[in-house]
Amino acid sequence: MSARSSAGPRVDAREKTSGRALYLADIPVPDALSVRFLLSPLAHARIRSLILPHLPPGIISVDARDVPGKNAVSMIKENWPLFPEQEVSYVGQPVLLLAGPDPALLSQLLGQIVVEYQELPAVTSISEADASGPDHVFARYHLDFKAQNQQGGQHAKQDELVFEETFATGAQEHLYLEPQAVLAQVLDGRLEVTGSMQCPFYVRKALTTITGWDAGRIRVIQSVTGGGFGGKEDFPSVLAGYAAVTAIKAGKPVRIVLQRREDLAMTTKRHPSRITYRTTLDRAGNIRFARAEILTDGGAFEGLSSTVLQRAMFSAAGVYRIPRMRVAARALRTNLVPSGAFRGFGSPQAFFAMEMHMSHLARSRRENPLAFKKRFLLRRGDQTITGGLLRDPVKLEEMIETAAAASDYHDKYKRFPQERGELRRGIGVSLFSHGCGFTGSGERDIIKARVRLRRTAGNRVEILAASVEMGQGTLTVLRTIVARTLCIPVSRVVFSNPDTDHVPDSGPTVASRTVMVVGALLQRAARRLKELPEEEAEVEEEYTQPPEMAWDQETFTGDAYPAFSWGVNIVEVEVDPLTFEVFPRHVWAVYDVGEAIDEELVRAQCEGGIVQGLGYALTEVLEVGNGRYLQGSLTDYVIPGSRDIPEIDVSFVSNPYAYGPFGAKGAGELPFTGPAPAVADAVEHALGIRVDRIPLRPEYLEAKTP
Amino acid sequence: MKVTFQVNGTTVSVETEPLTRLLDILRAQPGLTGTKEGCGEGECGACAVLLNGEVVNSCLLPAGSLEGASVTTIEGLRDTARYSTLEDSFGRHGGVQCGFCTPGFMIASAALLRENPSPADAAIRVALSGNLCRCTGYTGIIEAVKSAGRIPEKKQ
Repeated sequence: MSARSSAGPRVDAREKTSGRALYLADIPVPDALSVRFLLSPLAHARIRSLILPHLPPGIISVDARDVPGKNAVSMIKENWPLFPEQEVSYVGQPVLLLAGPDPALLSQLLGQIVVEYQELPAVTSISEADASGPDHVFARYHLDFKAQNQQGGQHAKQDELVFEETFATGAQEHLYLEPQAVLAQVLDGRLEVTGSMQCPFYVRKALTTITGWDAGRIRVIQSVTGGGFGGKEDFPSVLAGYAAVTAIKAGKPVRIVLQRREDLAMTTKRHPSRITYRTTLDRAGNIRFARAEILTDGGAFEGLSSTVLQRAMFSAAGVYRIPRMRVAARALRTNLVPSGAFRGFGSPQAFFAMEMHMSHLARSRRENPLAFKKRFLLRRGDQTITGGLLRDPVKLEEMIETAAAASDYHDKYKRFPQERGELRRGIGVSLFSHGCGFTGSGERDIIKARVRLRRTAGNRVEILAASVEMGQGTLTVLRTIVARTLCIPVSRVVFSNPDTDHVPDSGPTVASRTVMVVGALLQRAARRLKELPEEEAEVEEEYTQPPEMAWDQETFTGDAYPAFSWGVNIVEVEVDPLTFEVFPRHVWAVYDVGEAIDEELVRAQCEGGIVQGLGYALTEVLEVGNGRYLQGSLTDYVIPGSRDIPEIDVSFVSNPYAYGPFGAKGAGELPFTGPAPAVADAVEHALGIRVDRIPLRPEYLEAKTP
Repeated sequence: MKVTFQVNGTTVSVETEPLTRLLDILRAQPGLTGTKEGCGEGECGACAVLLNGEVVNSCLLPAGSLEGASVTTIEGLRDTARYSTLEDSFGRHGGVQCGFCTPGFMIASAALLRENPSPADAAIRVALSGNLCRCTGYTGIIEAVKSAGRIPEKKQ
């Protein structure tokens, strides 16, 4: 384990703690109009007629007819309509909006709008969508992997044992504490949009389509952002669209701050999944062949569903060497609020299913799950499921030893089932990885990140990059990388929230790429700047792909990611055998994130990821009823609180990555993936059951327990 | 109706509807936007303030109940010695990430330390259970409060 390294306190801590930081709702804009949305009450319906009440002067309504450009939000495609034209496709879809100075009056007027809907059949589950034909498929992929130099698939049929099982994971809400918010105004013929967001250049691109204005007339500025977790990757483009169209029509600044219930109803969720594994073992318990079918619920509009599905697929083999594997994957269209980006991006669903499946294979052979999993660990030089080469050391064995020793795993695994306490105890394990950065050649071919460094008088250096601070520490860590490279104090490095008028497009703040990709570009820029003798100087760097990387996006073969971060979680739980409530008591987590730039920052981010992952596994229920997610407020959607969390021990192994700044790889998403399968494994151990879905609701556990 | 009460030691008189939320009254005052709205229904604690010394969610407090009350927001708390101790401690222990919940945690933590200057883990967890954080997983926050409790109060 490496020693603790901290560059010092976060640069933004004091401002936030004291309440001085201005989030979007805090910025004084005296004449800004407020907005209230009319949301669809039906999952699928044709709008037959819509009658507005008389609107007093100063209040306007905005709908599809007011969109000056194309009525579509650009994500990967342009198939997310800003407003419906004839049909509504999910409960919570904005039909129109009212804007005016007094939000209370807007709410009153909303209640007077009369809409006549003709209800249409709605599809609100993966199984219904699966049975509804090609019209309900957003994306469909196949992967067929055969490892070189490994025996697989060639075996006598009588030596086979086939295990098949299906897993389900639920939707999840990001629940960033700051609800989505944006401000739009037209200033001197240009559109200026400020907001809580992860991707200023995504928002600018979406606004060019919606307004029909060219990018030079649109300026996007990130405001202090109160959490994102992926939820402010895609949806801010939608919300900025509403604000921009309204500001253009009204000729006044427009500020939208979603109320929490609106945020829950309107914004994207983690993709629910249904994943089936069918695995063939030989008599000795070696995995010969595995098939996986991955179905995800994309909701009503495609958004990022295709790329989320790809990452799920590339995670389907877990961290194991499987000689032969086939994956069939589909992202399906339903009449639920669209699913979107969320920390892990499809990978947590696949890892939950694969880790549980591996545990079940072990239990069916009366083997210890960890011992069984260790038989198949990927090693340096092995191929990934896409045929990519693991060029860097894989330290899983060492990480497992560390976690097992710290948690006393093996002893507890034997001891807990013998105990007869009031609460049942169990211990579980998960092994996982996360591919860092965009999939395949996305960084080179799509993102093409650029950064600039500018040195001004007095040896002050300014970072010009589009990466945002949303809580994870970007402002601190990117400054640290530059300062350390230039051998100057961090206080000499300036870095403001990105403004598309002033910074180059260094890509979105997503995909665990900020430190590894943008940070590496900044380090390169800083090295060049260091060599320049002039007091005032500027350098620009553009992304170049590691030369040994090869990827074919058509066949999904080659190096799906330039590097992987790795993790081991061991979780100890207590389960109440009467109420079936699960209490996570202790989490031991060991990560390989290359080399942490600031270990305390990463540790804090990992602890948050673990707790968000425990929520995903245990209490965060979004259940479908009446064609919508029933949990619509913080009263019934339960995220972990201070009394719910276990002891958490986080440690790191050092495994420097050649192309990362100071050896760093991605770390933001990785810690989310481990807790769900580890806690489910622990619950299986405690109750002697097999778990095939999350969240682990008490009713479900009770029904499973003999 | 007219309501007169104290905010951070200053007398404030506002003309308002009886059901207007304290949160909205505060945020409408210049420079008092440190009190945040996270849910608007008393679940998240981002809008926590001290009302006559007790932690309350200002989103649930109607103007009609404020006559003569004394309210302390983060802007008032931040001038105290206890606040400085907490601020340093939150910074050192990774208790601040996106920061949206942090002013509310400051209010709840300061109220705890006033009652119980060196609280144990369990007491901290209970005292902070009305505040939600989505970034830190609470571990850093609990450490921060514990550590602040061990530091003797600076003189005002």
